[in-house]
Amino acid sequence: MKNDIILAGVGGQGILSIAAIIGYAAVQSGLYLKQAEVHGMSQRGGDVQSHLRLSSNDIASDLIPEGKADMIISVEPMESLRYLPFLGPEGWLITNTEPFVNIPDYPDKEDVLQEIRKLPRHVALNADTIADDVGSKKAANVVILGAASPFIDIPFEKLEDAVRFLFGKKGEDLVDINLKALRAGRDVAKKDAQK
Amino acid sequence: MHKLLLLGDEAIAQAGIDAGMSGIFAYPGTPSTEITEYVRASKEAKSKGITANWAANEKTAAEQALGMSYAGKRAMTCMKHVGLNVAADVFLNAAITGANGGLIFVVADDPSMHSSQNEQDSRVYGKFAMVPILEPSNQQEAYDMVHEGFDISERLQVPVMLRITTRLAHSRAGVVRKNERPQNQFKLPEDLRQFILLPAIARKRYQLLLDNQPKFQKLSEESEFNQFIPGDDHSMGIIACGLAFNYLMENYPDRKVPYPVVKVSQYPLPKQHIERLYNTCDKILVLEEGYPVVEEMLQGFLNHGKEIKGRLDGTLPRTGELNPNHVGKALGFPQPEIADIPALVARRPPSLCKGCPHADSFIGLNEALEEYGRGRVFSDIGCYTLSALPPYQSINTCVDMGASITMAKGAADAGMHPAVAVIGDSTFTHSGITGLLDAVNDKSNITVIILDNATTGMTGGQPSSAFEKIDDICKGIGVDESHIRVIKPLRKQHEENTRILKEELAYEGVSVIIARRECIVTLNKRMRQKFKDKQKSTT
Repeated sequence: MKNDIILAGVGGQGILSIAAIIGYAAVQSGLYLKQAEVHGMSQRGGDVQSHLRLSSNDIASDLIPEGKADMIISVEPMESLRYLPFLGPEGWLITNTEPFVNIPDYPDKEDVLQEIRKLPRHVALNADTIADDVGSKKAANVVILGAASPFIDIPFEKLEDAVRFLFGKKGEDLVDINLKALRAGRDVAKKDAQK
Repeated sequence: MHKLLLLGDEAIAQAGIDAGMSGIFAYPGTPSTEITEYVRASKEAKSKGITANWAANEKTAAEQALGMSYAGKRAMTCMKHVGLNVAADVFLNAAITGANGGLIFVVADDPSMHSSQNEQDSRVYGKFAMVPILEPSNQQEAYDMVHEGFDISERLQVPVMLRITTRLAHSRAGVVRKNERPQNQFKLPEDLRQFILLPAIARKRYQLLLDNQPKFQKLSEESEFNQFIPGDDHSMGIIACGLAFNYLMENYPDRKVPYPVVKVSQYPLPKQHIERLYNTCDKILVLEEGYPVVEEMLQGFLNHGKEIKGRLDGTLPRTGELNPNHVGKALGFPQPEIADIPALVARRPPSLCKGCPHADSFIGLNEALEEYGRGRVFSDIGCYTLSALPPYQSINTCVDMGASITMAKGAADAGMHPAVAVIGDSTFTHSGITGLLDAVNDKSNITVIILDNATTGMTGGQPSSAFEKIDDICKGIGVDESHIRVIKPLRKQHEENTRILKEELAYEGVSVIIARRECIVTLNKRMRQKFKDKQKSTT
């Protein structure tokens, strides 16, 4: 088993939380893991990415080779496109459709979505609205993770356990909201895949 | 055994805690910051009484570590690559004094300049100082090398350099811990003159360092971190240093490289391994993260030997960090067809946060400077450097820590008036004070704006050495009190602030404007904590 995942977003959007959930679940499932993060200057509202590699065998490089990623998981639509050079020919792109606009020359949203729809394998969902519906806009990142979960070779229950463990310190309310977010994201992806 | 999931930085920190380190000394700098942060947050470290405080700069940090080593205890000092420039004086001379308790300099290089102004390679410094260098290829080695580094340091009484790069520092992987070791007892150096570098003693100590070189060499030859891995295809031999070894292996999913390989993770270079490789292979490919240090050594000045391939002959890019694709291409593998980034994807550079006090300071400064024109603002290293970008485009320089004040002074001495320096509070106490003293002594016409957000913001909000001390420092070194002005950078005070800025820009002499308002990120963090504490106390 091998999952090479590019996580994408803007500094502060919570991609490291997604990485932490998958990472915890992977370790609990006895998998090898390497995860390269971006710290420092870019975290100030710049584009950020994380290379997350899971495997049943030992992993050599901390970086995913270009053209080899199994999926891109992005909490922001334009950012999902920035890492297309990494996506393998059979790879999936799972992204939020709601832009995070903090630059003056952000492209037209419809054009961005058009680019995403060109990809043969993609799941695009409005994670902001879904997160809002389950109780907190901040859970949009976990909604996206839920939408990516059918493509990650880790049992869904292990991801749920990881959410319970990582949000447990912050209170039962947050655990509840994030579990709902995770499931809601998964449901959208499953429906999408049936289409 | 149970594995911890750790960043390379964190693996080094945990290893220090486990290996009987008594103190860690550092100034924050990407990508090294998380080492000290981890120790500071560790309950284990606290219960063991390990000293873990942020220092004013890398030099003061490294000297504290050397002092702890003098007292017989194990010490670590951590910095980013350019931080070693600041600590170079103590680093090079500590190689001459030698160590007593184990002493490790952890230096985190930043090839590709993700968060830095250059991509200097610290192995050059290590060679310059003639000390052993350890360069891990993964998080586990980073952990193990701290234990080994302290051993080498104590056995051979020499400081050891542990060199990592951004990709290892900020990448997470499983790490297995070793048995814990107790800290050393307080123990003076056997020779009480060991650390007195008067010429007569320094010559002897230097000779000892030279005499020890063969021992360092022998350690490298025998080190388990250096390996000769045989291969059947002798048309090429490969030298893979540190992290580059992983990129090599990534290109062989079965981990079987057809060519003979020397894995290098400890320096001086393991000569026997490399000689064997050179003698049995037609040409050599060197894979190394950073400068072509090993490649140049192998090639020599005249390059009359076998073909050496690497960063110098274009086989690999001359600059930037390596990746599996670069290495794959160098090995002659066809590269996958990759998609282009769609043209509509816009750049998203980092920017000042919403509500950042610096934003208000720069809006005021831009307006106050309008009548003089652009090109007069010397700045420094911190979040405020982002004011170089739109919409502010306020500053004209960013060179090294503290250079804002001294460059402004030099320009003022050349006749520029007004000449403005913009520096953060933490950078001011790091390297700004002495420059301000120069300006006061020379009565130079400069206006220094100290952006006091009460933290070291760019690296994640570490406590600032300058906290609540700036006014007194400026007074103490002789800035005229009537020209030390404090403003609060808020939109609603824009007009008053701009007026004060204009007054001081017009003044001939040294003036200091302290723009004081807490970093919005640390403020929010503090408020959240306060809210949580309040909730706790009411439930």
